[in-house]
Amino acid sequence: MELVKNVVCPFCGTLCDDIICKVEDNEIVGTKNACRIGHSKFVHAEGAERYRKPLMRKSGELVEVSMDEAIDKAATILAESKRPLMYGWSCTECDAQAVGVELAEEARAVIDNTASVCHGPSVLALQDVGYPICTFGEVKNRADVVVYWGCNPMHAHPRHLSRNVFGRGFFRDRGRPDRTLIVVDPRKSDSSKLADIHLQLDFNKDYELLDAMRAVLLGHEILYDEVAGIPREKIYEVVDALKNAQFGILFFGMGITHSRGKHRNIDTAIMLVEDLNDSAKFTLIPMRGHYNVTGFNQVCTWESGYPYCVDFSTGTPRYNPGETGSNDLLQNKETDGMMVIASDPGAHFPQKALERMAEIPVIAIEPHRTPTTEMADVVIPPAIVGMETDGTAYRMEGVPIRMRKVVDSGLLPDREILKRILKKVKEIKAASK
Amino acid sequence: MSEIILTPKEQPQVPLEANTITPDSFAGKNIDEISNIAIWNGNKQFRLSEFFDVQGESAENPSEIKIIIDGDIYNTKRIGQSMTAGEITVKGNANMYVGAEMDGGKITVEGNVGSWAGQDMKGGELTVLGNAGDYVGSAYRGDWRGMSGGLITIHGNVGNEIAEYMLGGKMVIKGNVAIMPGIHMNGGLLIIEGNVVARTGGEMKGGTIVVKGVIDEFLAGFKYLGVERNIEVEGEIIEGAFYKFKGDLATKGASGIVYAAVAGNGHIVPK
Repeated sequence: MELVKNVVCPFCGTLCDDIICKVEDNEIVGTKNACRIGHSKFVHAEGAERYRKPLMRKSGELVEVSMDEAIDKAATILAESKRPLMYGWSCTECDAQAVGVELAEEARAVIDNTASVCHGPSVLALQDVGYPICTFGEVKNRADVVVYWGCNPMHAHPRHLSRNVFGRGFFRDRGRPDRTLIVVDPRKSDSSKLADIHLQLDFNKDYELLDAMRAVLLGHEILYDEVAGIPREKIYEVVDALKNAQFGILFFGMGITHSRGKHRNIDTAIMLVEDLNDSAKFTLIPMRGHYNVTGFNQVCTWESGYPYCVDFSTGTPRYNPGETGSNDLLQNKETDGMMVIASDPGAHFPQKALERMAEIPVIAIEPHRTPTTEMADVVIPPAIVGMETDGTAYRMEGVPIRMRKVVDSGLLPDREILKRILKKVKEIKAASK
Repeated sequence: MSEIILTPKEQPQVPLEANTITPDSFAGKNIDEISNIAIWNGNKQFRLSEFFDVQGESAENPSEIKIIIDGDIYNTKRIGQSMTAGEITVKGNANMYVGAEMDGGKITVEGNVGSWAGQDMKGGELTVLGNAGDYVGSAYRGDWRGMSGGLITIHGNVGNEIAEYMLGGKMVIKGNVAIMPGIHMNGGLLIIEGNVVARTGGEMKGGTIVVKGVIDEFLAGFKYLGVERNIEVEGEIIEGAFYKFKGDLATKGASGIVYAAVAGNGHIVPK
């Protein structure tokens, strides 16, 4: 058995880079340091069914075809659709994403990543009011007040707390005892159990609570004795703790980005952080889910000027989540052809969006059998990034980390598959001119 | 006034984008030339006549042109975008961005419209007899300067975040509103005759919001200033008794005003 050290985990946005993989006969059989979720991905637990040959749906059944035939079919769907949608991107590396943006421009498609159903609202908010962000290193070494708002890292990002709260840092040499942990969540969770202060607010009242906290921070009275189920005195106590921070950090997740008001919750949370900097040092980091969801927003922004939901239909990039988001396009029945890569909307999108996916041709570039591949017309299995091929990913706060190749699968990486589709789309477009 | 009648043929499933349907782009063209104006269907361009029968008479000056769209164009976006003069009447529904960036003239839609109607409006008049979606009279995504002039009247109900970052002009909603009307508002006047669910004037710094119906939930960051009768806003008198609030004090230097009718709104006044 061989031990491969310093492997980067291709699961969540925490992007732990200290994993040791146990390799036997070109297969990962075990891990050290990884959390349970990361470990499962490395060792293909839970009976995952892996595709190794391209497939096409013929008379209702997926049958094996040659790579050329699958690429041809995928390119034809993209080139012939009037409003093709290219969705996913968050579980692949940045070079593949860059080819993807070029392909979207060539096919005059809309390109969108999973941010549109997770931290898209955060992206909208930071475009409106800014983004006072920092890195994990600063949190570990400096943070004395740590807030988790609308997230449960013990389950979703299992090593996040151990790296950022329990971990010992330069100015926080005792680790956890040197930090005040505040969790804001309507529910009791395994994260809230660890908190010094748990603000158990009412569902969908994040904006109301933040509005009251901001008014209190600026020295105003608030209208009511209780806001979002939190008594006035408690709000004063928490604001006091925040504004006396030497170095405060707000981590925020889906519980606030997708509760009522969405991006406006984040907008006012960012402004709270900004106003806190009048008396404290305060920063924030979004709890990004997929390991390279942040990377796509970076790549797409430097290629097109916009982070996601980019519409190339008229040849110039345009951007308006609410119109050009994947769910908008599917639920309004605007899109007439879809490519899915490195994500599984079949398992996560609402029923109405899936109904449209079932009506239109779908291409899936996907290593496993998933609900998405069940409704796909073409399936092209790639090598898995971070295990079977290398590439760059961006950690949740925007630090790029090089992913390693641990074993050999003999499959093409996403970027190669996309380059072949791009070449074919160019040929089809040239022939039709 | 010369009339140009566009009779829609069947609306395609992939939406049309017709920001060229304005008196400004029709002016000085004859009917044949207007029929050949390009519109987008997804990522492909077609002649206007592929999707509309074009009849009537054009004129040299956009202010002398009235465009009548004689039917339902529920899947056509950007009608009247950036128009500066003349008139457009839609005898049915229309999709997103009706009258976006409008600077003058008049648009009337007899049915419902999609989101972003009157986005970034600078002048003119936009009237919708049915319902409108979200972001009526909003800013462009990421911009902090929304509607700056003109008049928007929606007779039906509207969605979220109307009058977002509003700077000036007037908006009247005769029906009900979902959440966050006047979010980040900096100026202008928003009158809501129906009810509001929540977050009226969130993060507003200026401007005035008048709610004649019931506000379900109100934000704690406002300051209560008492009851005022027959209020005067932007030169007009609105009759009745109103609770007056200043805010949203969650934002620095805020001096926006929210009036909420005394009838039905006792629950939002501090005890």
